[in-house]
Amino acid sequence: MESENGVTNSGPNGSAREAAGEATALAKRVLAGERAAISQALNQVDDNRADYQERRFALLDALEAAPSGVRIGVTGAPGAGKSTLLDALVSGLRARGRSVGVLAVDPSSQRTGGALLGDRMRLSSSARDAGVFLRSLAARDQLGGLSEVTGPSLDVLSRALDFVFVETVGVGQSEAGVIDLVDSLVFVVQPAAGDLIQFMKAGILEWPDVFFVNKADLGKVATRSAAELRAGLDLGHRRDPNRLPPVLCGSARDNVGIDELIEAIDEHERYLKSTGQGEIRRDEGRVARIEQALNARYGHFGIDRLGDEAARNAAFQEFKGVSALHAIAELGRRIESRLAADDA
Amino acid sequence: MAPPESKTSNASPKSSEKPAQRDRPWMFRTYSGHSSASASNALYRSNLAKGQTGLSVAFDLPTQTGYDSDHSLARGEVGKVGVPICHIEDMQTLFDQIPLDKMNTSMTINATAAWLLSLYIATAERQGGNKGDLRGTTQNDIIKEYLSRGTFVFPPNASMRLTSEIVSYTVDQVPNWNPMNVCSYHLQEAGATPVQEIAFSMANAISILDVVRAMPEVSDETLTRVFGRISFFLNAGIRFVEEMCKCRAMNILWEEIGRERYGITEAKMLRLRYGVQVNSLGLTEAQPENNIIRIALEALGVTLSKKARTRSLQLPAWNEALGLPRPWDQQLSLRTQQILAYETDLLEYGDLFDGSHVVEAKTTELLEAARAELQQVLDMGGAVTAIENAYMKQKLVESHTARIREIESGDLTVVGVNAYQEAVDSPLVEEGSGSILKVDENAEREQIQSLEAFRKSRSSADVKSALQNLEDAVNNGDNIMPPSIAAAKAGVTTGEWSQVLRTVFGEYRAPTGVVAAPMSHANDEVSAVRMRVDGLSEKLGRRLKILVGKPGLDGHSNGAEQIAVKARDVGMEVVYDGIRLTPQEIVQSAQDEGVHVIGLSILSGSHGVLVTDVVELLREAGMADIPVVVGGIIPEDDARKLRDAGVRRVYTPKDFDMTRIMDEIVEVVSESNGV
Repeated sequence: MESENGVTNSGPNGSAREAAGEATALAKRVLAGERAAISQALNQVDDNRADYQERRFALLDALEAAPSGVRIGVTGAPGAGKSTLLDALVSGLRARGRSVGVLAVDPSSQRTGGALLGDRMRLSSSARDAGVFLRSLAARDQLGGLSEVTGPSLDVLSRALDFVFVETVGVGQSEAGVIDLVDSLVFVVQPAAGDLIQFMKAGILEWPDVFFVNKADLGKVATRSAAELRAGLDLGHRRDPNRLPPVLCGSARDNVGIDELIEAIDEHERYLKSTGQGEIRRDEGRVARIEQALNARYGHFGIDRLGDEAARNAAFQEFKGVSALHAIAELGRRIESRLAADDA
Repeated sequence: MAPPESKTSNASPKSSEKPAQRDRPWMFRTYSGHSSASASNALYRSNLAKGQTGLSVAFDLPTQTGYDSDHSLARGEVGKVGVPICHIEDMQTLFDQIPLDKMNTSMTINATAAWLLSLYIATAERQGGNKGDLRGTTQNDIIKEYLSRGTFVFPPNASMRLTSEIVSYTVDQVPNWNPMNVCSYHLQEAGATPVQEIAFSMANAISILDVVRAMPEVSDETLTRVFGRISFFLNAGIRFVEEMCKCRAMNILWEEIGRERYGITEAKMLRLRYGVQVNSLGLTEAQPENNIIRIALEALGVTLSKKARTRSLQLPAWNEALGLPRPWDQQLSLRTQQILAYETDLLEYGDLFDGSHVVEAKTTELLEAARAELQQVLDMGGAVTAIENAYMKQKLVESHTARIREIESGDLTVVGVNAYQEAVDSPLVEEGSGSILKVDENAEREQIQSLEAFRKSRSSADVKSALQNLEDAVNNGDNIMPPSIAAAKAGVTTGEWSQVLRTVFGEYRAPTGVVAAPMSHANDEVSAVRMRVDGLSEKLGRRLKILVGKPGLDGHSNGAEQIAVKARDVGMEVVYDGIRLTPQEIVQSAQDEGVHVIGLSILSGSHGVLVTDVVELLREAGMADIPVVVGGIIPEDDARKLRDAGVRRVYTPKDFDMTRIMDEIVEVVSESNGV
């Protein structure tokens, strides 16, 4: 690992040009996959101090136009085996010579802000080599299970690595958040958990691009779950009406079905490229991220200051080429000034 | 030598007209082994000469986790917590001049139990003995390794297979051997309440017996003998009345399980047989001489009641919380046993508590609660499931957390620690008195040299074919023991044997159980630290993040887990990196995770090498500004060296107040970041 020597940190209130210069240098090292730089960049995009916001935006803006690796969300009920599956996927991808990043999001206490990020423990030593970068994030104050820094962290990691996974806890609100950040969503199913019906009711089955029924060693129970799922998918609504997501069976623990899963993810990636769906998804996801963040901060009343629907959409598109986090800040300033004008 | 197993009392002939009939005493053992096979052999022979009646072998961590002494993970660990055994010549040296067919040997070995038993059998045969005459015990209890001790290697199902194959082999071939010692000992060390200790160890025994019963070659008659050979290894804490009731409750429950679940009818086979090592968890670093009394009282708990008396007893040394005990310290523990057995009148009576309403009520209370807890584990699918879903681990972490909080709050009195701290300095631990054993610094190098010489001396063709036979047996589902014994004789090493199994079975990382630990109730001190964490986090720009991990092979994760939970409770983001990490892995984690501070825990005595490696690697990676704090059993001389090497704080067992430790960590991070 190279040292961080020779890199000066732009201090608080550093000029915008200084910040941009340093950001470009750091972004370059991130793109080269330099571990120390990735770590430093992740720390910077997580920095909430008011004095350091310019540095944060400059870095993300510098990375914005660079090509991105494949972003994959991994979700499923607690106990479905997400961590074990990730371990197997990481090993499988490493065996194919691809570099991998993992963002593991764990819940944190609403009261103290403290969090135990225990999942790292589950990555076996075979998955801890130089081509793997793992960072755990606490969900912090977001009930849905993703903290605000998930998006920017993913923006950094996906510029440095071939594949980046976001692992989230539980099912429900977190999917809605993660879907705006990723190219493909893998849903890990615990066989015979009895919750398929609940998922369908909750509309969760609309989102995933690949289903993986884990613990196939349970035998019939797993095959039945897969069959029920396929039947359910035929009936339900889906995010992409032109494509029926594959339902795979396997066992993460015994490393069964992992090659097929990697192939399915690759296949979906090819599909996104060939149909142009990938670009559409990333644009939509970006707009949704901006809209949701503004909504969380200022509510409908605030967002309405940006104008009617057409004007709002135009505003969301206005900052293309600038990172989502930066766009959120710029639009936030606009809303604030208009709210202030209204008051006056 | 020990007095003969006398039938009459020689203690106090005046006190009664006729000499009273005396029961045979339990077997006296001392858990020992260190540095090298020859140093350990000298220790064993000296202990036997002092009246010890059985051996208890402590293996070093590389041997326990299946690595040769020259493996990179073995660095700093060779000969530290036990003896290194890499091949048959090491084993022959260990038992030189100790005829194994006349000895009773307990081996604390689990993941690699089949291998060490194979070496033991091969050594006995080379001594001219028969395996049918061997007596002793392989611990061979993998469930508790996942829960507490951490020397597991393979995934649960593969481990269950190995255990059951040792059972089915020994029941016919080595009929006086106890193939599996179901350990509740380590559950208590990990914080288990008496009820959890009973229930989880019974669930554990059931998980193995169910597998053995399902083996095609096991008949009802064999199952009866297997049941009769399963023994237990219990802990005895300072609440010695309750501990005695716990033993009585286990007796009843074990018999119940034998009759109802396995249809055993022979009374002899239904009897619970167990050995004991008394509690180390409660031994204190402060006023360490108090431990002498604690150990004696704990020994009473498992010897007082004839009906629930242990078969063999190991007493720890008074200075275990300070470091490795010397021969003199172990002798004191042996003398404690001898006084209890030979001087007192304890062995002259029937059961002292039959008919006691108080004891019966307490026993029934424990029994009923344990039945309910056992049923809960069985209902979710048994012990293996309760490992994989972390149920048992979470329960233990919860109990342990509750215990630590009670000590901190003073609700649980520990003399000399949170009460009656005022004391004169102990003459036993004066500076320069050398109150602990120093492992020979050259032991690791010499062991590696002798291993290299051994590898050159053996026939590589024999080794190759023995390993091939082993691999075939594992793949074909044949019993592992015969090819392992052949491999031992062919000169295969511990690392080579284990590598074959690692390749076939894979390696396992167990759940930590810390995630679900409940949040502590905030008292004033905790709230104050939380506010400091919040304040510092604001200045740092993001929440204070700490990496907690254990470098080296030591798997005793309880301390690290408690630190992780406490750090979470005061508002830190905690990356708990678990056990068995190389210094490189720790530094990589610290970098990936962007932590502000690293907390390391080591109990194996290998802190010197491993911690300084971490500090050095951080410097090389340009991360010297990340402070390192260390906790463990670390003698003051070593602590000074670590601080000189750049470690910011060193904590030892006397630092029981974890809230204060957290406060200091906040301070350390503030200093490092200049805020």
